[in-house]
Amino acid sequence: MNDFIVRALAAGLMIAMISGLLGSFVVWRRMSYFGDTLAHSSLLGIAFGILLDINLQLAVITSALLFSGMLLLLQRNKTIATDTLLGILSHSTLAFGLLILALSDTVQVNLAGYLFGDLLTVSITDILWILACGILTSVVLSRFWNGLLTITVHEELARVEGVAVERLKALLVMLIALLIAVSMKIVGVLLITALLIIPPAAARKLAHTPEQMALGASLIGCISVSGGLWMSWQWDTPAGPSVVVTACGMFLALTLVQSLRGDQAQ
Amino acid sequence: MSENDIIYHYAGSKASARIRTPERITRLNRPCLIEAADICVAFGRRQVLEHVSVKVHESEVVTLIGPNGAGKTTLVRIMLGLVKPQSGRVQRREGLRIGYMPQKLHIEPTLPITVRRFLELARHAGKTPIADVLEEVRIGHLLDQQMRAISGGEMQRVLLARALTQSPQLLVLDEPAQGVDVSGQAELYELINEIRTRHHCGVLMISHDLHLVMARTDEVICLNHHICCHGRPEQVSIDPSYLALFGRKEAESLAIYTHRHNHHHDLTGHVVEPRHE
Repeated sequence: MNDFIVRALAAGLMIAMISGLLGSFVVWRRMSYFGDTLAHSSLLGIAFGILLDINLQLAVITSALLFSGMLLLLQRNKTIATDTLLGILSHSTLAFGLLILALSDTVQVNLAGYLFGDLLTVSITDILWILACGILTSVVLSRFWNGLLTITVHEELARVEGVAVERLKALLVMLIALLIAVSMKIVGVLLITALLIIPPAAARKLAHTPEQMALGASLIGCISVSGGLWMSWQWDTPAGPSVVVTACGMFLALTLVQSLRGDQAQ
Repeated sequence: MSENDIIYHYAGSKASARIRTPERITRLNRPCLIEAADICVAFGRRQVLEHVSVKVHESEVVTLIGPNGAGKTTLVRIMLGLVKPQSGRVQRREGLRIGYMPQKLHIEPTLPITVRRFLELARHAGKTPIADVLEEVRIGHLLDQQMRAISGGEMQRVLLARALTQSPQLLVLDEPAQGVDVSGQAELYELINEIRTRHHCGVLMISHDLHLVMARTDEVICLNHHICCHGRPEQVSIDPSYLALFGRKEAESLAIYTHRHNHHHDLTGHVVEPRHE
């Protein structure tokens, strides 16, 4: 086995584990469009990072956190419907990002790498970023798991019971933004939401508790990453899409299993 | 005398007559749990609540009635702190514990969760074992059921159980018997009454099931953007405008609930040309 495969596997598995946990919340809270918008806006972060000549990873993290904060504020105002707002921001940030990248001809940018990810060029630095994000996410999630679940099950009941709903929501959004920022170079802005959504949706088929679903999603994500990398190694397919295709296959397989078992988990 | 017991409010006008009977004074002497004073709310240009004031005292049952879109739920949500009013204030007794039963609970279908876990997630849960709380609302057998798998009537009881986990001093119920079949409704209200007597809690309730709740209600508030009138159920008498507001059939089924309507509404519930009798 080559070094780059080991690094790709390490990075991919870590991302899959984190996104299984956070992705479950994305599915429960119907935030998939939100994740998409954050991912797309990260490209703008990359563009500004290149323009201002700063560390790209820091640029992306900063822009993702800024954007998530902005989205939280805009959603609270409710002047336009959330999905319209996200639709506007998602596509216009992507377009602005692409424009700026096209205009800044000083640096040659591997655009496809940012859009679809480049799992096979993962560096040790990337792995350290992901590891840091993973540790932070695990600590925060284990500390606030029940609180996050409470606001997810019923936000108003939680509020009446005196839970600090807004703070927990912001915390969750920041974690998702961080995950998207550290994994965009690896899975790409167009595919990162797939890793957030598909494994939890597949795990839902067999889960009876929120924890089963979240951990199952992590497991399914890990299998998808391994399967996708194997595909890529075997047939020289692009790594990011291969991972998503494997995840999609797992989803279909589990849907089949569920219907054969007779809808028990429903 | 009884006709004078009603307390009239004309939205925006100062013409309100307050005559208190001894009974009413007793009620007012109990400590107040929560008070909303002079609440005004508009969503966009639509004025939803105009100068509405409500008080709930210890062990008192206050029932909000009124047509759809009258602002009942909004008023309750303001008192719970879920919506901010444009003007007016809500004052709660220090450290007041509220058990809230929302109108309908939507559980996200992608979220697998059992009844036990749903109740354990309540803040401050754990003082009373979950199994005991479920027994109290008589659905002990549902402990390990998925929330998605239980019926509408069972769901209302689970919500009541969730409210009970707060050891509430005030129960806030938004149409508690919604989606419950007719025989289940009476049982549910009976259960609510048992609970409030056992736990000595005050109740603020929105209900359309007037024939079931009026006998146990201390104070009825008839709301249609403003407070049309309020008082003890039997002290409020039927009036043509009330019939216009609720429909003749509804009014006939409420021999006990009466309402003396002395002003007119336009279609949005605004008072037009107060008519003094």
